[in-house]
Amino acid sequence: MSKQAQHWEKTRGLLFMTLAIWFVFSIGIFLFGAEMNEVTGPFGYPLTYWFTCQGSLGIFVILIFWFANRQEKIDEEFGFSERGDD
Amino acid sequence: MIKGNFIDNLPKVYGIYTGGFIAFIIIMSIAEQMGMTSKTIGICFVAFTVAIYAIIGYLSRTAQADAYYVAGRQVPTVFNGMATAADWMSGASFVAMAGGIYFKGYGYMALLVGWTGGYVLVASLLAPYLRKFGCYTVPDFIGTRYGGNLSRLLAVIVLTVASFTYVTAQINATGTIASVALDIPFQYAVYVGLVSILLCSMLGGMRGVTWTQVAQYIVLIIAYLLPVFWISNKMGAGFFPHFMLADEVSRIAELEAQFGFVKNSAENLKEVPKGLAGITKAHSAVNATPWAFISLALAMMMGTASLPHVMMRYFTTPSVKAARKSVGWSLFFIFLLYSSAPMLATLSKLSLIDPSLPTGIIGKSIAEVQSIDWYQNWNQANLMFVSDFNGNGTLELNEFFMGGKAVVLATPEIAGLPYVISGLVAAGGMAAAMSTADGLILAIANALSHDLYYKIIDPKAETAKRLVIARVLLVVIGFAGATIAAMEIQGILGSVIWAFDFAMSGLFFPLVLGVWWKRANKEGAIAGMALGLISGAGYLIWVRNGGSGFLGITQLTFGIFGSAVSLVSMVVVSLMTSAPNAATQKMVDEVRVPSGKSILGKQH
Repeated sequence: MSKQAQHWEKTRGLLFMTLAIWFVFSIGIFLFGAEMNEVTGPFGYPLTYWFTCQGSLGIFVILIFWFANRQEKIDEEFGFSERGDD
Repeated sequence: MIKGNFIDNLPKVYGIYTGGFIAFIIIMSIAEQMGMTSKTIGICFVAFTVAIYAIIGYLSRTAQADAYYVAGRQVPTVFNGMATAADWMSGASFVAMAGGIYFKGYGYMALLVGWTGGYVLVASLLAPYLRKFGCYTVPDFIGTRYGGNLSRLLAVIVLTVASFTYVTAQINATGTIASVALDIPFQYAVYVGLVSILLCSMLGGMRGVTWTQVAQYIVLIIAYLLPVFWISNKMGAGFFPHFMLADEVSRIAELEAQFGFVKNSAENLKEVPKGLAGITKAHSAVNATPWAFISLALAMMMGTASLPHVMMRYFTTPSVKAARKSVGWSLFFIFLLYSSAPMLATLSKLSLIDPSLPTGIIGKSIAEVQSIDWYQNWNQANLMFVSDFNGNGTLELNEFFMGGKAVVLATPEIAGLPYVISGLVAAGGMAAAMSTADGLILAIANALSHDLYYKIIDPKAETAKRLVIARVLLVVIGFAGATIAAMEIQGILGSVIWAFDFAMSGLFFPLVLGVWWKRANKEGAIAGMALGLISGAGYLIWVRNGGSGFLGITQLTFGIFGSAVSLVSMVVVSLMTSAPNAATQKMVDEVRVPSGKSILGKQH
């Protein structure tokens, strides 16, 4: 397999992982919104309420930075990263 | 100022700017103590901030195509994040979001999840690849990836429909704020707002818009967070509201149970002025079905990834790597405001309905409430209303009505904060609406001038001529938007949501598959854009005219239907027609790796 194909395979793997986490916190947990809201979440808020106010939003922020770092590593591994910027 | 090593000096420049703005707030509060009227303070805040944006817009003037279209591709990651956050957070986010949460609770929170979760799609599916492509506009990508003028033209049409729906709402919001702060009629205030918007973008294009948006972000985030923290501390609710309002949230639930949600008769509701609502939904309980929540969140997420004014912000970063990180920073800066909106809604609601608080009005006599100063002010502004439906002389929960905007606009006054805070909030709302309107008008004007005029009509046009056309279009589109806004035909929030649905119907799959599916071809993209937009719009018209809809897809989520049609037609038509040629396949391969030259040259 060529370097480029390997790079793309890993990139796609990372995409699927990112989208899976994204799916859980944007869609998955809200299938059980009513049940989860009975539970007390962080800082004492009802759990589902907390996810809609802060939890999911904060997880998305972290997820994007994590994704960006992982993708950079993949690019470096195959020598596809850009030189001399930021 | 914008010469030489301006980019290196950015932290210093904006640091001084932020310090100056805080000094201005302090001077205004001293002036208030010395007897300056609230009207003068309001005018000072709006006039001062708009003047600063205009100066930045003037200093950013340019005659270069790549500076005009993509700010010279040298906007650092964090600053692009701030600019995107301002671009993104509209008048609706600033003024209406806390109100939506206040009235609708959980069902509305889907918008918070949707408007943030969409950035994960932007970062992972699109932004870095479109940055590598080196396009000036979103249709530029579609036109080059799929080839042919028709695909480019369709992308321009979808972009224009979505962005124009959105921009009238923003110009409307600038008009509303300008008319309140400057005390002039709305029909004129709309044009005052428009001129302010054009001052930022006319001379410098994307470069001017970028640096004014950073300045606008700083104003709007201070204007949003300062009152939230202040009110929370003043009420004794907690020094850091985001982590400390659990007791307040459960207290609201307790009061809701105590008062109950009494349903008003249709006859009684006729008395209530249009646009005002009572508290009829639980604050923190789950009050929507899973599908109602998820479908709205999903539509907003896919819409986020298809809206061109956001996507084009990532064309301005210096590299692919920076584009990815920049999406993270954008969402971080958005998160600061979005996570505060529910806290403001909680504080606002509790301070009004808790009889044990000095500001609480439920349980007081109607006559007493009607004699409160702030009640009279906001009643006059048509944002508050009480009526004794059951004739017992006491205000009940179901007898109190408020406009959605009042949560942000009136809470500081209710909590007893000085007027200078209200002036600050007006400046923040103006900044939020202006920055979004600028991004949208620029997206439309650039697509028309670059893709329609330069790429399709007159490919030999010189740079100077192209930029003149771009600016003329900017003014024309701005005036068209203002004229429609002045007619006041649609509400702010409804039309914003429609814009997301239009964008996702026509553009989501053609953009995503353009990168992730090599086999996608011109015919498929044309079918996907045309059928997606037509079926989405058709569904909207059907439901608006009394159609029953299906699968629980409403007029707010019609993009789910539109994009499904778009996906199916794009895949089917692509597979029925021949695969893209070798050159196109190679182009897709190159887009997928960050290194190497961009597909489109620096000047194109």
